[in-house]
Amino acid sequence: MARIVILGAGISGHTAARYLSKWVGAQHEIVVVSPNAKWNWIPSNIWVGVGQMTEEDVTFDLAEVYGKTSVDFRQAKGISINPEGRAESAQPFVTVEYTLPSKAGVQENITYDYLINATGPKLNFGATEGLGPEHGHTVSVCTAGHALEANEKLQAIIDALRAGESRTLVIGTGHGMCTCQGAAFEYIYNVDHVLREAGVRDKARIVWLSNEYELGDFGMGGIHIKRGGYFTSGKTFAESLMVERGIEWITRAHVKKVEAGKIHYEMLDGSFHEQEFDFAMLIPPFAGVGLKAYNKAGEDITAQVFLPNGFMKVDADYTPRPYIEWSANDWPRTYQTPAYRNIFAVGIAFAPPHLISKPMQSANGTPINPAPPRTGMPSAAMAKAVAESIRDMLNGADKPTHTASMAEMGAACVASTGSHVFKGTAATMTVFPVVPDYEKYPAYGRDMDLTFGEIGLAGHWMKYFLHHTFLYQAKMRPGWSILPD
Amino acid sequence: MPKVSNREPYQQAYYPPSPTGITRFMRTCFLWQIVRFVAINLKMLKLMAKSHH
Repeated sequence: MARIVILGAGISGHTAARYLSKWVGAQHEIVVVSPNAKWNWIPSNIWVGVGQMTEEDVTFDLAEVYGKTSVDFRQAKGISINPEGRAESAQPFVTVEYTLPSKAGVQENITYDYLINATGPKLNFGATEGLGPEHGHTVSVCTAGHALEANEKLQAIIDALRAGESRTLVIGTGHGMCTCQGAAFEYIYNVDHVLREAGVRDKARIVWLSNEYELGDFGMGGIHIKRGGYFTSGKTFAESLMVERGIEWITRAHVKKVEAGKIHYEMLDGSFHEQEFDFAMLIPPFAGVGLKAYNKAGEDITAQVFLPNGFMKVDADYTPRPYIEWSANDWPRTYQTPAYRNIFAVGIAFAPPHLISKPMQSANGTPINPAPPRTGMPSAAMAKAVAESIRDMLNGADKPTHTASMAEMGAACVASTGSHVFKGTAATMTVFPVVPDYEKYPAYGRDMDLTFGEIGLAGHWMKYFLHHTFLYQAKMRPGWSILPD
Repeated sequence: MPKVSNREPYQQAYYPPSPTGITRFMRTCFLWQIVRFVAINLKMLKLMAKSHH
C-alpha cells in the first residue's frame, strides 16, 4: 500500500483528492493536509462581497466530505519537505503543524510515496504597505471571511450614499506584480450593480486601478475575439463595459503604499500619483506559502526545489530568455518536479517559467506587469492530470502518463455583472490556449473559434449553474465524477 | 452657469464603443439568451474536450 499526501485542499488539491480517492482509495492511502477546515468555492466570493450570498453558500466542511471517503484529512499546514528522508530512513516525509484547535501547534512528520503540492498562494498583503484587511486599509475577496468583511464595509458606504453623501470606491490590484485581475474585474461590476439596485449609483465614483498595461490583459497578454466582422482586442470590450457603467480606469499602476483614505501609486512612465478613496478592494500579490525543503543530511535545499518567490519548480523550462523568444514549450506538461519523480506541484503552487504578459518596468525600475493566472479551470485540469499520472504510476507506469500544459488547455471565465434571473448579465470569456502558441496560431496565438467573449443573461445563468454544479461536485454527491471539471 | 451645447472630446470615455439599443435589448432578451446559453455550453464543452490530454 502506498501513501499519497496532498498539501492543500483548494480547487486543485481537492480535485486531486477526489479523483485519487475514487480511483485508488480502496488500495492506497490518501492523506489531505489543509490548514482550513472549510472548502471555499472562491469564484462565488464575489457575491459574498456584495451581500448576495452568505459564507455558508460558498463553503462546506472538508472533514464531513472526506469522512464519506477513504481520505484521511488532517487540518494542518505544511512546514517542510524531506524528499530524501533522513539519515536513518530514506522514506520521504513532510512536516506539518496542526491548525485544528484541539491539536494547534503540534508538529508531525507524515511519510509519503507520492506528494502533491497544491498549497495555493500566500496572500502577500505585506508586499505593499497598508494593503489588506488585517493590517491595512483595504478589503479583499480572496477568502470567504474577507468577502464578508468587504460586504460589511460596502453596506456602510451604501448607507452613506443613501444619506446623500458622495463616496469614491477603488477596485483593482494592490501591487505591480498581482494576478487575479478577473476577480477584481468581476467585483467592480457587482459593486456597480448593487449601487444601482440601491438607487445610489449617481453619488458614487467608481475607479478601476490595475497593473495591466491595458484593460482586458488579465495576465494573459490580453485576447482577441471575432466581433462585427473584425478580430478585435479584448481591451475594446473591457473599456466599453467600463464606459457603459460610468467607471473610470487607471492602468499601468503599481500601488506603493496605502494610507487611510489614500492610495499612493507609481505609473509605468515613472510618475507618482495619489488616489483618494472611501472604500478600496485591492487584490494582493501572491507568493509561495514558504515551504522549506531539506536533504538526507538535513541541509536546506529549498533553493533547489523552489524558485525565490516560493513556487515549486516542475517540468517547465526555466532558462531566462527575452520575451520575443518565449514559447508555448516553456510551460510544464506533467507538473512533476525535475529532481524527485514522486513530487508534483499544481495550481498556484507550481512555478511558471515566466510571465504570459510582456514584462514591463517603470522608468524607476519597478516591475509593473500582471503575473500569470493559474486558478479555476486550469488548476482543476492540471490536478486531474496529475491524479491520473499517479494512478498509472502506482499501477506500474514509469513516468507521468497525462499532461495538462497551460499552452494546450483552455479556460473559461464567467464574470458576473449583475445577479438576477431575468435582468442579470455576465461577461462570458473563453480562451484557448491560456498561454498563446504563436507556432500553432500565428496571428493571435489562440484558436479564434474557441476564444470568444460576449455579455448577456445567458452568462449569468452559466455562472449560477456553475456555482451549484461545482459545489455539488466538490461535495462528492452522487454522480460527481461524470460532471465536467 | 453657461449652457452646455457640445460634448468634451479626447476623454477616456470618448473612444470605446457603446452598445446600441438593440445590442442592450438582446443581452437580456429571454429567447435569444436561451439560444446563447446552448451555444456557450457547447463551446465550453468543446474547449474542455480539447483541454484534456
